[in-house]
Amino acid sequence: MGTPMVHAEGVRKSFGRLEVLQGIDLTVERGQVCCLLGPSGSGKSTFLRCINHLEKLDGGRLSVDGALVGYREHGGRLHELREKEVAERRREIGMVFQRFNLFPHMTAIENVMEAPVRVAGVSKAEARADAQRLLDRVGLGDKAANYPSQLSGGQQQRVAIARALAMKPKLMLFDEPTSALDPELVGDVLDVMRQLAADGMTMVVVTHEIGFAREVGDTAVFMDGGVVVEAGDPRQVLVDPRQERTKAFLSKVL
Amino acid sequence: MASDTLPAAAAEERRPADRLEAVPVRHWGRWVAAVLAILSGIGLIGSLAKNQNLHWDVIGHYLFARLVFEGLFTTLWLTVASMVLGLALGTVVAVMRLSPNPVLYAVSSLFVWAFRGTPLLVQIIFWGYCGALYKHVMIGIPFTHITFFETETNSLVSGSVAALLALGLNEAAYASEIVRAGIQSVDEGQAEAAHSLGMSPTLTMRRIVLPQAMRVIIPPMGNETINMLKTTALVSVIGAKDLMSNIQAVYAQNYQIIPMLVVASLWYLLLVTLLSIPQSRLERRYGRGASRNGHVSPLQRMLAGTALRLPVRGSGPNHQKG
Ligand SMILES: Nc1ncnc2c1ncn2[C@@H]1O[C@H](COP(=O)(O)OP(=O)(O)OP(=O)(O)O)[C@@H](O)[C@H]1O
Ligand SMILES: [Mg+2]
Repeated sequence: MGTPMVHAEGVRKSFGRLEVLQGIDLTVERGQVCCLLGPSGSGKSTFLRCINHLEKLDGGRLSVDGALVGYREHGGRLHELREKEVAERRREIGMVFQRFNLFPHMTAIENVMEAPVRVAGVSKAEARADAQRLLDRVGLGDKAANYPSQLSGGQQQRVAIARALAMKPKLMLFDEPTSALDPELVGDVLDVMRQLAADGMTMVVVTHEIGFAREVGDTAVFMDGGVVVEAGDPRQVLVDPRQERTKAFLSKVL
Repeated sequence: MASDTLPAAAAEERRPADRLEAVPVRHWGRWVAAVLAILSGIGLIGSLAKNQNLHWDVIGHYLFARLVFEGLFTTLWLTVASMVLGLALGTVVAVMRLSPNPVLYAVSSLFVWAFRGTPLLVQIIFWGYCGALYKHVMIGIPFTHITFFETETNSLVSGSVAALLALGLNEAAYASEIVRAGIQSVDEGQAEAAHSLGMSPTLTMRRIVLPQAMRVIIPPMGNETINMLKTTALVSVIGAKDLMSNIQAVYAQNYQIIPMLVVASLWYLLLVTLLSIPQSRLERRYGRGASRNGHVSPLQRMLAGTALRLPVRGSGPNHQKG
C-alpha cells in the first residue's frame, strides 16, 4: 500500500507533570477512515493535534505521508522546523474543530476563500468559484453570503469542513465534529463526512458516534489513559471488544 | 402543565390575547426632571450672556482669528499624527509583549513601564529640551568612528517634533495595553483554525486576530483620541504653537484670560464632537458578523421599537433546518 498516510510510533506528550500520551502506536493507510474513541481526558484531542503540530511531541516519531511532523531528519538528528515550514506542511492537513472556529468577521464564502487566496496564492476569482463549489457540495450554496453568526451550528460545521477542503488536503482531522450540535443537526454533518470518505479522503475522526464509526470507519482505535487499549476492525472492536476497558466504555455510551 | 395548576378564577378572566392592551409605565419623574433641567439651563445661559466680565466682544473677536486657526491646525495634525504613531507603535509593542521571545517581552515591558510611569508633562519638557542632553544626534556603530548620519539635535527636534515624540511615545505605551487586551479577547481557537489552514503566525495576526481584536480596541482608542486632542494643550509648555499655546500668547498680552479660555473651549468642544463621528463608523466596520441582525443604531432601534416587538421573522437556528 506504499507509505501510510499517518504513522505514529511511541508518541509521547506531557503537560507539565501529566503524561497525556504514553507511547501511541498507530497507522492510517491512504484512503482509510480511522475513528478514535475513548473516555474524556484519554488524550484523543491531544493526539489529533500532534498530527498537525498544534502540539509538540515530547518523544516518539510521527509522520504524515512519509514526512516527519515538525522535524526534519538530517545527519542522524532531528531538526525542529521553523514556523514557516510547519505552516507549509499544515496546508496538506485539514482540521475540523468541535467548536467550528469559523472566522466570525468573514462570510461563509470568505471563510472558505481565505487560505487559498492568502496562503496558496490562488486568484480571488478562482478561489471564489472553488469556494462556491465546495459550499454547494456541503449543501450550503445559498448561504455563501451569511456570516457565521447567521448560521446554525450544523451549517457552521459544514462551512468549516468546506474551509478545510479548500486547501485540497490529503488528510482530514476531525475532533468531535458533532458533539457541540443539537441532535437533529448531527445527521447533516455526518452525511458530508460519509460522502468525503466515499470519495476516498483519508480521515482521522475523534468521535462518540459509535454508529458512524462502525459504518464508515476502516479502523477503530480505543484509547484510555494515554495509551491505545485496542485497535482493529470497528465491527469487531465496537461490537465484540476483547478488552475489559473497551467493554466498560461501550456499555456506558451505548 | 402550567394550565393544570392555574386557579380556575384566573383562567376565566383571561381575554383573547389580541384584545389585550399593554399600558406602558408612566414616567412622571422624567418630566419633572426635564422641566427643572431646562429651567436651570436657561438661567445659567442668561446669566452668562449678561455677565460683563465675560467680554463677549473679545470672544467674538478672537473666535475666528487667524492665530486661533493656525493653532487649531497644529492641534489637529498633532493629534492625528500622535495617535497614528501611538497606535502603530503600540500594536508592535503589544505583539512583542505577547511574544514567546523573552528579549522582546522584556524590551516591551520596559518601554511600557518607563512611559507610563513618568508624568506626561515631564516627558514633553524632556523632549523639548533634549538638545541640552545630547547636542548632536548621530547614527553609526558605537565605539567606532563610523557614522552614517549626524546633525544637531535642535535642528532635528523642533518644537512640534518634540511634541509629536512626547505624545506619540506616551500614547504608544497606553495603546499597547489596549491592543494587548484586544488580542487576548480573541478566542484561541481562531488562531488554531488559521494555523491548521497553513497560515503563518504573522498572517494569522494580521488577517484573523487583529480584525477581531478591533471590536474591543476601538471604543477605548476613541476615548484616547478625544483625550489626546485635549492633552495636546500641554505642549504649550514647550511653545509648540498649538491652539492652547496661541491662546496663551494672546492672553499674556491682553490679560483677557477667561474670554480666551472660552474661545479655546468652544473649539475643543467642536473638535471632540466631530471626532466622535468616525468612531461609530469604524465600530460598524469591525462589528461585521458580530450579531445576528446586523448593525442597528439606537435611533433606528427606537423608531423600529414597535415593529421589532412583532414576531416578524424567525431567524433562529431551527428555522433553517431543511
Ligand atoms: N494545554 C493543556 N495544558 C494542560 N493540560 C492539558 C492541555 N490540553 C489537554 N490537557 C490535559 O490532557 C488530558 C487529555 O486531554 P484531551 O483533550 O486530549 O482529552 P480528550 O480525550 O480529547 O477528551 P475529551 O473527550 O473530553 O475531548 C486531559 O487531562 C487534559 O486536562
Ligand atoms: Mg477532546
